[in-house]
Amino acid sequence: MKKEKILNAVFKGSAIFASVVVFAMWLLFFFEFIKHSLPSIRKFGFSFLANTVWDPVSENFGALPFIFGTVFSSFLALLISLPLSLGIAIFLNELAPLWMRKPVSFLVELLAAIPSVIYGMWGIFVLSPILRNHVQPFLSNHLGFLPLFGGPYYGIGMMSAVLILSIMIIPTISSVCREIFKAVPDVYRETGLSIGATKWEMIRISVLQTSRVGIFAAAGLGLGRALGETMAVTMVIGNRPEISFSLFAPGYTMASVIANEFTEATTDVYLSALTEIGFVLFLMTFFFSFISRMIVKKYTVSIHT
Amino acid sequence: MKRKVMNNCAMAFCFIAVIVALVPLVSILLDIAIKGGRALNLNFFIHTPRPSGETGGGMANAIVGTLTLIGLASLWSIPLGILTGIYLGEFGSNRFGEFLRVALDVMGGIPSIVIGIFAYIIFVIPMKTFSAWAGGFALGIIMLPVVARTTEEMIRMVPLEIREAAWALGITPFHTIWHIVLRSAVPGIITGIILGIARIIGETAPLLFTAFGNMFWHHSLNQPIAALPLQVFTYAVSPYDDWHRQAWAGSFVMVLLVCIMSIIARLIIERGFTKTSLK
Repeated sequence: MKKEKILNAVFKGSAIFASVVVFAMWLLFFFEFIKHSLPSIRKFGFSFLANTVWDPVSENFGALPFIFGTVFSSFLALLISLPLSLGIAIFLNELAPLWMRKPVSFLVELLAAIPSVIYGMWGIFVLSPILRNHVQPFLSNHLGFLPLFGGPYYGIGMMSAVLILSIMIIPTISSVCREIFKAVPDVYRETGLSIGATKWEMIRISVLQTSRVGIFAAAGLGLGRALGETMAVTMVIGNRPEISFSLFAPGYTMASVIANEFTEATTDVYLSALTEIGFVLFLMTFFFSFISRMIVKKYTVSIHT
Repeated sequence: MKRKVMNNCAMAFCFIAVIVALVPLVSILLDIAIKGGRALNLNFFIHTPRPSGETGGGMANAIVGTLTLIGLASLWSIPLGILTGIYLGEFGSNRFGEFLRVALDVMGGIPSIVIGIFAYIIFVIPMKTFSAWAGGFALGIIMLPVVARTTEEMIRMVPLEIREAAWALGITPFHTIWHIVLRSAVPGIITGIILGIARIIGETAPLLFTAFGNMFWHHSLNQPIAALPLQVFTYAVSPYDDWHRQAWAGSFVMVLLVCIMSIIARLIIERGFTKTSLK
């Protein structure tokens, strides 16, 4: 009997211990990041986030071009991805014949399983040449007066990054949207149809209206993924720390500057500046995914009852 | 009439959206299958890379490296993840449990490159060298939340009646969990582990400055170690055609591994659950 009690205690104790370890890792994470960002924070203060110069030689570091590149590429990607993902979620949940739903949703989720470095390679060897030879000349000739399509084009650049990002976040957004659509009770749909709505009107009123907060959250989760995406973007965005609103111009993101320069950072301040960029990037993704998760949780629970 | 047109347009848009998403998927898979399949041969699996510019050679060291890194990551993150999952599933209905759940979710959302910096600070700075340990640590952080949250969910899916039956027989809490709850949750937990491994096979960013990559065989875990995704990255951005071919071959192997693991996970979910008492 005593042996049993000891076993119980040991078992429960080790489970608690594991949880405390996970918790401690979080504390360590914050502690170490703040500690290693300090030299940069002390030297540059808040101007770090607003300074557009990135000059490792004279140790003058500003993160604005990277913050701009990350935010610009991610929001554009979301703009493309959100309507597509909604269309996919509606198709899979409301329109497709039953036999089609499982295989098609498996294929869409396969997009999430492909490693990011392979997206990058596909971007370099397949997507960029198509953009350079066919898409960008056309856009430049016909829409060149817009700042979005101004300047010379190389294939590699903001446009490739945006397109690849928007493909990569489709599975995230569409699967969350599907969860949310599933939570809409069928009575809502039947009500819509019974008053003579067409299928689209029914979907718009009964499904989309009811889920709009959830769709917002799904977009936030997708955005969180896009902000932190590293390899694919690094390989196709062109890696030039300049702020340009043209989709043809090369850009640089927070994740890619870390990926490219972390091992080459020779001085403490350089390394610290990159660490600070990493910490800011973490806080940005944390903000979006945390809020979205809270909304999704509340929403899927409240709609069931 | 207008409503009908609108309806048809919307239906068409949804269908086109699916096609638009599947075109890149098919394009990527075809490229990998054709270019990668053509470049794959026995040498790829048994040789190390040749000096740049020379043709031939393979990625044997990178394949072993990736397996080593997965092993190291599993070694600490699977036990820790399962125990944390057990805590959440069995004792976690309190404030700390709520908090831990959020902490794990957020951990799953940390950009992988940031995890790389963390592993660099914890391992590379004190050891003063890139190492397999640092890479394994970084990959483990990505795996941990997947394993922990699946374990928790699987434990919660075990019906209350089964526990009640155990309690009615006077079985102690430890034996109830160990022999009864965990037994029926095992297929699910294994699925979680496989999904976790499938996630880290292709991770490149957290390895850039932890495992670092190596063109030769590693002789100890305290050294930089090669990994399949790192090698694919290095080769893809290089100017050599032969390296590009090998990068496609490497991608082929990675995608194949990821697909096999996802399919196994799916099969376990579909088969394993009907066999055990969960349904």
